[in-house]
Amino acid sequence: MTKNVTVHRKRSFIEWLRSRDGQKVLVMIAFMVVPLLLLLVFTYIPFAETVKFSFFNMKYVGVRKFVGLKNYAKVFSRSDCFGALKLSLYYMGGSVVQLTLALYLATILSFKVKGGNLFKGFMFFPFLINGIAIGFIFKFFYTRGFVFDTVLQWCGFELENLPYWLKDRSINNISLVGTSVWRYFGQNMVLFIGAIMSVDGELYEAAMLDGANRFQQFKYIILPSIKTIFVLNVILSISGSLSAFEPPFVITDGANGTGTYFVVMHEIAHTQQKVGLASAMAVVLLLIIFTVTILQKLFFKYVFKNSDA
Amino acid sequence: MNALEKAGKIVLTAVKYFSLVFFSFFALLPVVSCVITAFKDDYEYQNTNVMTLPQNWLNFDNFISAFNKAGMGRAFLNSTIILVCVLFFSTMFGTQLAYVLNRFKFPGNTLIRNMFLFATMLPGIAMQISVYEIMYKLKFINTLPGYIVLMCGTDVIAIYIYIQFFENIDVSLDESAIVDGASYFTIFYKILFPLLKPAIVTSCILKGVGTYNEYYMAKLYLQDKNRLSTVATSLYTFVGPLGSKYNLICAGVIISMLPALIVFILCQKQIYAGLTLGAVKG
Repeated sequence: MTKNVTVHRKRSFIEWLRSRDGQKVLVMIAFMVVPLLLLLVFTYIPFAETVKFSFFNMKYVGVRKFVGLKNYAKVFSRSDCFGALKLSLYYMGGSVVQLTLALYLATILSFKVKGGNLFKGFMFFPFLINGIAIGFIFKFFYTRGFVFDTVLQWCGFELENLPYWLKDRSINNISLVGTSVWRYFGQNMVLFIGAIMSVDGELYEAAMLDGANRFQQFKYIILPSIKTIFVLNVILSISGSLSAFEPPFVITDGANGTGTYFVVMHEIAHTQQKVGLASAMAVVLLLIIFTVTILQKLFFKYVFKNSDA
Repeated sequence: MNALEKAGKIVLTAVKYFSLVFFSFFALLPVVSCVITAFKDDYEYQNTNVMTLPQNWLNFDNFISAFNKAGMGRAFLNSTIILVCVLFFSTMFGTQLAYVLNRFKFPGNTLIRNMFLFATMLPGIAMQISVYEIMYKLKFINTLPGYIVLMCGTDVIAIYIYIQFFENIDVSLDESAIVDGASYFTIFYKILFPLLKPAIVTSCILKGVGTYNEYYMAKLYLQDKNRLSTVATSLYTFVGPLGSKYNLICAGVIISMLPALIVFILCQKQIYAGLTLGAVKG
């Protein structure tokens, strides 16, 4: 840009504005100023503020006291903060189930199946339901003697032997993870189908003619075609598990040992108004997510040397 | 084909359809049980099993009563206003930004792209701690416009869909228009914008469903429940004393998801295409 300006310096500013270069700069400014402003105000300033807040003892309104690293010490010492990250193991387990299931169903649906579109629609639809509705649906679903218990009784289970799905601490986190699998497996499946379909159909025909069986087709055609998107989803699912929030937030409100890290953080920030401590929690988790993401990228780069993932 | 192969094929087909039916059942069961319950009157709800079909499939009393109790008329109006504004502005800003990033080479182009990409890594819930303070300072809390501005912010997926689309529109189209003396504004609005229509439809559907379903920020920033509830947050009416009247709650839940269902039935293809396009950004 500077180059153009020097070349045209002899012309007046108005003239320059009317020239092609001037037009270009005008359009660029006009088209980028709002999105960049929004990005700045709602992403980057909050990001910087969060880091700043984490060193203060403060509420949203009122005096702020600089406390150094005390908030960070609290994050690691309070039993309800860092310990809550253990729960993310449940969600990681859930995403393994979810991705496997999605891959399996996507493979089935990418071959000719009667009513394939209908099945796909049924399994995808949960993704489009709003979070609060999902909360109510599953409170209802898991209530003692209601939907889930009834279906299990059809299968021959006795009600007395069934746990309280949302209260029993040995099972309630698994119940919640189940809702997350329920919501997202269809969406993952659609992504995988999209990737599989992007492969030229002639490849399958050629493979069939060469006598390749279904498993060989899966291994040599389907798997390579979805590698990128699969790796991407694995990466997303790990950071997603660390920041698991929605199922406990809308279904159990974090009660009975289901409060994940973010549920605890939300409670501390918006109910208890300990903004500094919550910010420190946010920063700690962000650092963990960055580290994990970078490690994963390096790992996958190392494992699939030729991959662009 | 020998008998063994034939048998194998039959088993394979059986496994295939069994899996599809089983997981479709798994996906639909929670929703279907809700539909069943929504049609039961109080007596029936208390005295029959939840999976027993209702006696009268035309009993819409729960729906009417849920609609009124949760103030859903107002909520639908608010959600519509939010949806129209958010879609209009985010389409305008998104396409314009994508145009500049795709068509103009300038120092900082890659930096801006990376800034948007990096923003996707920051989990929204964590960011809301300090966004709340900014919203407070801007006096945006408890106002529809404030919430709308917030929702118009970074939508990287849409920007990526637009950039990809621009890449497939031949630059010679721009160049010949420049030769004809058209300004950049004219090129964008008269020539390129109309060509973007499929991409705009796709990303509007995705963004629309996302905006309609958004509840966390709506809960934080639209606290005045009588005046400012959206369809999603209006369901909070059923927390508390009404919390065990599931026939009423299920009716409310179903009303709230009807618009998404209708959009899904009408625009399945665009939704699938949009998700796939948005996901391969990596």
